[in-house]
Amino acid sequence: MSSDTVQKLMALAARQFKAELDKLRPEDDLFEALGIDSFQAVELISELEDEFDVELPDYELQGVKTFAALAAKIDKRR
Amino acid sequence: MIDFSESDGVGELVLRAEPCNEIGTAMVAALEGFLDGLDVDRIHTLILRSSVRGGFCAGADLRELQAGLASRPAAEHEPALRAFLDRIHAVMDRLDMLPVTTVGVIHGVCFGGGFELALTCDVLIAEKSARFCFPELRLGIIPGFGGIPRLRREVGDAVIRDLLLSGRSISGKRAQALGLCSQVVGRGEGLEAARALASQSGKFDDYARRACKKFIKKLPAEELAQEKELFIELALRPPLLAALTKFVESTDLRPYLP
Repeated sequence: MSSDTVQKLMALAARQFKAELDKLRPEDDLFEALGIDSFQAVELISELEDEFDVELPDYELQGVKTFAALAAKIDKRR
Repeated sequence: MIDFSESDGVGELVLRAEPCNEIGTAMVAALEGFLDGLDVDRIHTLILRSSVRGGFCAGADLRELQAGLASRPAAEHEPALRAFLDRIHAVMDRLDMLPVTTVGVIHGVCFGGGFELALTCDVLIAEKSARFCFPELRLGIIPGFGGIPRLRREVGDAVIRDLLLSGRSISGKRAQALGLCSQVVGRGEGLEAARALASQSGKFDDYARRACKKFIKKLPAEELAQEKELFIELALRPPLLAALTKFVESTDLRPYLP
């Protein structure tokens, strides 16, 4: 996983959900760190696909909980 | 549950039922009431959108469906399902065949029955946050509100197989690339885009616009009836109630994700 991807991912998520970027860590559970529900997570996937120009099939995101794990999935698709 | 307003020949139907406009008997009744009261001679365009944060519509009210199945003896499941499906199909068909131009504005979740509702619209405008999905196979069923025939009317079979057989969700941008959405706009900009489209549509000769829609948009009646029967067959099998019960009892924060 590139640190660039996880930083961009956290920056986008922080901007979208008005979280404090400097409090987010790659190993954080993104639901808990951002305080988002499943609807917002669904929106986030669309925003990420747009930002990183990838497609992220839901079934490949099963078990993905942290920013780092999500960034790794994004990198595999780039 | 819903609001309707009308201005300069443009009607706006707003779904506003928390958490995400789930379609159960209350929503169906609200839509029936709206359609019964709609004077199609007063408007040229109908905009359909949601005001709830989560999205356009998360689909069927799974909690109501679970409660309905769990509280009734098995012998009553088929007539109850059929009665509900007949009502929702009638609503969807009426929306689909309205003589006015219909524009759906989609943000966030547009899943299952919500996707099926969106597919009744003539034109879809997706905000960047939009996410379309037919997750029904996860419940052991298929879309039952007419989604498959309406999706087939818009896109090729390979796309339908991908969406149905994988159950994956796609973004508004992807939906646009597939030909499902006409425009993708920024977060919160869908309504303005829809109103601009409505304004343009209102400039056209009323008779010609209605004749055009009637000519280019047909109801896939035979396949709609077939889908309903297959849905009932699958819904009466044990996997649906088991999956619904698991969903209802889940404390997972992410029940809409697989």
